[in-house]
Amino acid sequence: MPDDAMLKVRGLNSWYGESHILHGVDFDVRAGEVVTLLGRNGAGKTTTMKSIMGLVPKRQGSVMFNGAETVEMRSDTIARAGIALCPEERGIFSSLSVTENLMLPPVIAPGGLDLDTIYKLFPNLKERAGSQGTKLSGGEQQMLAIARILRTGAKLLLLDEPTEGLAPVIVQQIGRTIREIKQRGFTVLLVEQNFRFAATVADRHYVMEHGRVIDMIENDQLAANMDKLHDYLGV
Amino acid sequence: MFMILGYPAPLMFGQLLLGLINGAFYALLSLGLAVIFGMLNIVNFAHGAFFMLGAFVAWGLLEFLGVNYWFALLLAPVIVGIFGILLEKTLISRLYKLDHLYGLLLTFGMALIIEGLARNQFGSSGMPYRIPAILQGATNVGFMFLPNYRAWVVVASAIMCLVTWLIIEKTSIGATLRAATENAPLVQAFGINVPRMITLTYAGGVALAAFAGVLAAPIYSVNPNMGANFIITVFAVVVIGGMGSILGSIVTGFGLGIVEGLTKVFYPQGSATVIFVVMVIVLLVRPAGLFGKAA
Repeated sequence: MPDDAMLKVRGLNSWYGESHILHGVDFDVRAGEVVTLLGRNGAGKTTTMKSIMGLVPKRQGSVMFNGAETVEMRSDTIARAGIALCPEERGIFSSLSVTENLMLPPVIAPGGLDLDTIYKLFPNLKERAGSQGTKLSGGEQQMLAIARILRTGAKLLLLDEPTEGLAPVIVQQIGRTIREIKQRGFTVLLVEQNFRFAATVADRHYVMEHGRVIDMIENDQLAANMDKLHDYLGV
Repeated sequence: MFMILGYPAPLMFGQLLLGLINGAFYALLSLGLAVIFGMLNIVNFAHGAFFMLGAFVAWGLLEFLGVNYWFALLLAPVIVGIFGILLEKTLISRLYKLDHLYGLLLTFGMALIIEGLARNQFGSSGMPYRIPAILQGATNVGFMFLPNYRAWVVVASAIMCLVTWLIIEKTSIGATLRAATENAPLVQAFGINVPRMITLTYAGGVALAAFAGVLAAPIYSVNPNMGANFIITVFAVVVIGGMGSILGSIVTGFGLGIVEGLTKVFYPQGSATVIFVVMVIVLLVRPAGLFGKAA
């Protein structure tokens, strides 16, 4: 693994109350990469995302971001360091309008997308600016959840299953968005169940099982490793 | 003398005004409770004590430092708000992970201590606070004589309620507050210092109570029990309006003040209980309150 990794996770352990979910997760994400975490349900992908973001009650090990240890930090400090999460449940606020949802996360650094660019990527959000956030369709809510973290200037985006339960045309739009933000220099850590989608956007894939990373596959090696992958994911 | 529904008009309007004034205090107090409950999930039983402290601080500022009513109206909420910050930081913040009941017990205990200390120091008879010169006297508005200070209380309270509502519903600070009420961990994960926001929200709610206390000082005597007398009714107002609803607490506060005032005209014996009767009916028909969202 390279030493210049933007995110370097070593021996990460996490607990929810008594249950020990992550048992020593190791992986790296280099600046500008799109990296996915693949794995079956319950493998610990979402918990890994939440642990990086400081959203689990107890965690140990090491999460280095741009050379700084974040594992002891509070989630707002981690966010201010430049990491942003688009959670699996999307986290759209029902008491806020679409615009209020979009403008909620504070800008923490220069380099985020401006509103014009965001509306160009997601025209629906402009049309429905005044609607209640949760009145949007599932796909629109997902776009809103992604859009609002593009504004902040965070350079590492954690996208937790952005395509889950969405129509193919919207999945394609989200794929285009991920490639677009990669081109703009953002770094993305993506959790996916759908590895066919992951293959269209990612540089590398980490496979998780039982709270550990058990393998890493370069995207261009994916075809050669299909049997192994089917085995890992049980598909 | 003209009559309304068989009652002399001045009596009617007099009680209506009295109802509006009580309603103004109900609205300000229940608004603070709603803001605090929404954000901290704590039923602030010490709210009446902060109302009383507001009046006492205004009295003390005048008595010892010669600070007049208008400056007290600004200063007392700030001073009591800072006191609220201290209590939130040292005591209340330890309870967020526990059941509601602990917050209720703690704040109830805080109220008893604050009110007990005030009684110890000042006795329970109360001290007068003069109406500021510019608001003394009354204005003939045709159908009745309107005491200027009381009219001011209703207007000041309505403006304060409106401003609070606008801040919460129409500003980005308010949006952050609403979002944190829904899902505080996620809001914090966006880089917002939620614990500090909680502390300031508590201070804001407490400051509203103190503001109401200063408004009340010239009307009621400044005494250690003035908050305790109000707070039981205010909790009924909060339950009727819907726990944590901002608009609900304002509308219900003024509305029930008027209902109470009119009851004094039509059925005086019932005026002390009418709000609680309304509470029982509302709880039977709409358990979440008139403006509350069903859980």
